[in-house]
Amino acid sequence: MKRNRASMVGLFIFSVILASAVLADFIVPMSAALDQNMSERYLPPSRPHPFGTDLYGRDIFARVVHGARSSLLLGMSAVAVGITIGGILGASAGYFGGAADAVISRVLDTIMCVPFMLLALAIVASLGTGIVNVLIALMLAMVPYYTRVIRSAILNIVGMDFIEAAKACGVPSYRIILRHVLPNAIGPVIVQATMSVGTMIISAAAMSFLGMGIQPPSPEWGSMLSEGKDYMLKYPHMVIFPGMAITLTALSVNLMGDGLRDALDPKLRD
Amino acid sequence: MGHLLEIKGLRVEYRSDESIVKAVNGVSFSLDKGTVIGLVGETGAGKTTTALGIMRLLPAMTGRITGGEIMFKGEDLLKKPPGDMRAVRGAMISMIFQDPMTSLNPVVSVGDQIRESLEIHSVDSRSGSAMDAKVDELLELVNIPSRRKKEYPHQFSGGMRQRVGIAMALACEPELLIADEPTTALDVTIQAQVLELMRGLKDKLETSMIMITHDLGVVAEICDRVAIMYAGEVVEQGSVRDIFESERHHPYTEGLFGAIPSLAAASRRLAPIDGLMPDPTDLPIGCKFAERCKYREAVCGHTAPGADAEGHAIACHRFAGKRHGAD
Repeated sequence: MKRNRASMVGLFIFSVILASAVLADFIVPMSAALDQNMSERYLPPSRPHPFGTDLYGRDIFARVVHGARSSLLLGMSAVAVGITIGGILGASAGYFGGAADAVISRVLDTIMCVPFMLLALAIVASLGTGIVNVLIALMLAMVPYYTRVIRSAILNIVGMDFIEAAKACGVPSYRIILRHVLPNAIGPVIVQATMSVGTMIISAAAMSFLGMGIQPPSPEWGSMLSEGKDYMLKYPHMVIFPGMAITLTALSVNLMGDGLRDALDPKLRD
Repeated sequence: MGHLLEIKGLRVEYRSDESIVKAVNGVSFSLDKGTVIGLVGETGAGKTTTALGIMRLLPAMTGRITGGEIMFKGEDLLKKPPGDMRAVRGAMISMIFQDPMTSLNPVVSVGDQIRESLEIHSVDSRSGSAMDAKVDELLELVNIPSRRKKEYPHQFSGGMRQRVGIAMALACEPELLIADEPTTALDVTIQAQVLELMRGLKDKLETSMIMITHDLGVVAEICDRVAIMYAGEVVEQGSVRDIFESERHHPYTEGLFGAIPSLAAASRRLAPIDGLMPDPTDLPIGCKFAERCKYREAVCGHTAPGADAEGHAIACHRFAGKRHGAD
């Protein structure tokens, strides 16, 4: 990691965002993000309101800082859990092949016939709204996509001689998968995971926009974006700052992912 | 107790939707403790399939063992449940692979790869430091400085990787080592080095080996007994002396030796065996080699010749009458 400047930048940006999520209450009180002030609507960035105010006169800076909590939680944990489930399914399908592969692949193909957003909405509709249910919906809807990527990465590795060699040493299947197959397939998995953190935040926002996600007035980047989009031309600061928060998060995670992938590949190490 | 390993009438098929490939058709041979048998034959003769059959590592989807028995230390490996078989692999029988560039895991350090087998099979619950010491010892045994154990496979040359592969295979002091063309992917000087190492290890550790190769030079270097395979059958087997010095040979063996260019005679062309190996999905009824054989007789077309597994055995009708009398 040390020598990879880009990933250090990513790590720095991400640390700032993470710190603001953790320390939100010390940076700016929650009340500033929630209290409406009709005399200060649509204010451009200024000293008392560094990011300006929104259509209810709430401080956008406070909302971005407090919104980091739910957005990061949604984005990261949906990807983490989704990748874990997808990893287990994809690895079993790719490694064992045959009946296991046929069953897993066909079921997931069927699920993938339903568009991602529609599926997530259907899950939330049946579970009820709320941040936890949105999280569950997003990661379940994402599992088939992760499974596919991981399965194909695994298929490339399973045919290699060193897997045969591990079998010839009497290594049990679970250990072959964990120690020999997955670490070699990690590159595409990390890329897929880091790419989808941003997607997840936006998807959560879309769900909030449709009234299925995080309920107003709780601050969340995606819902701020959709709130502000009607005023985008007149008061661009309402979308620029939450948009930038999402972009920077996604970018920093991507940069870190690249660095992580390089760090895990012994060929690129010294 | 008889032989360390005794294979009787082993048959292996690969099934696909369209056809059944008869890869191994009744192979029998035996191996005593501390000896080396060479399995020789051209590509597709069933050498590797026989080896994978012994390890029970045939591709699960397509490969089937359809007959025979594999007696290892008095037990039939084909009757063992999968869990028991896993305890045999690596601990009692292990394997060295052909291509050292792909047979090591690129993301695990060589020391850890050697150690893995120790971790899995350590029934006597060896301590961590004892395992480290054993890894060092194994690396030194194959002439690699033990300080390099934290390095990764891409930092080693092909010959060194093959020696790491040998160290992995030897980790649990197996009684039988199956070497599947261990020198084919190496250049000639490194081949000699690896062969020398294996011969030394055989003498030092008294490991039995099955040496799969298509290189008769390798056979002459290291083997005690030789089995020549053709189209999934052992067509001739005997001691190295029988194969290299005897006057009597299976016509295929004759062809193999005939195909080696001589340094003394100034010949311009190689002398290949005419024709191709029969299609394994549609094998002839009689002798499998009859199509290419210059001594072909009427009987060859409809009756397959047989041969004993002991002594110098030749599966050819030309020697059928004389076999017991002359030997």
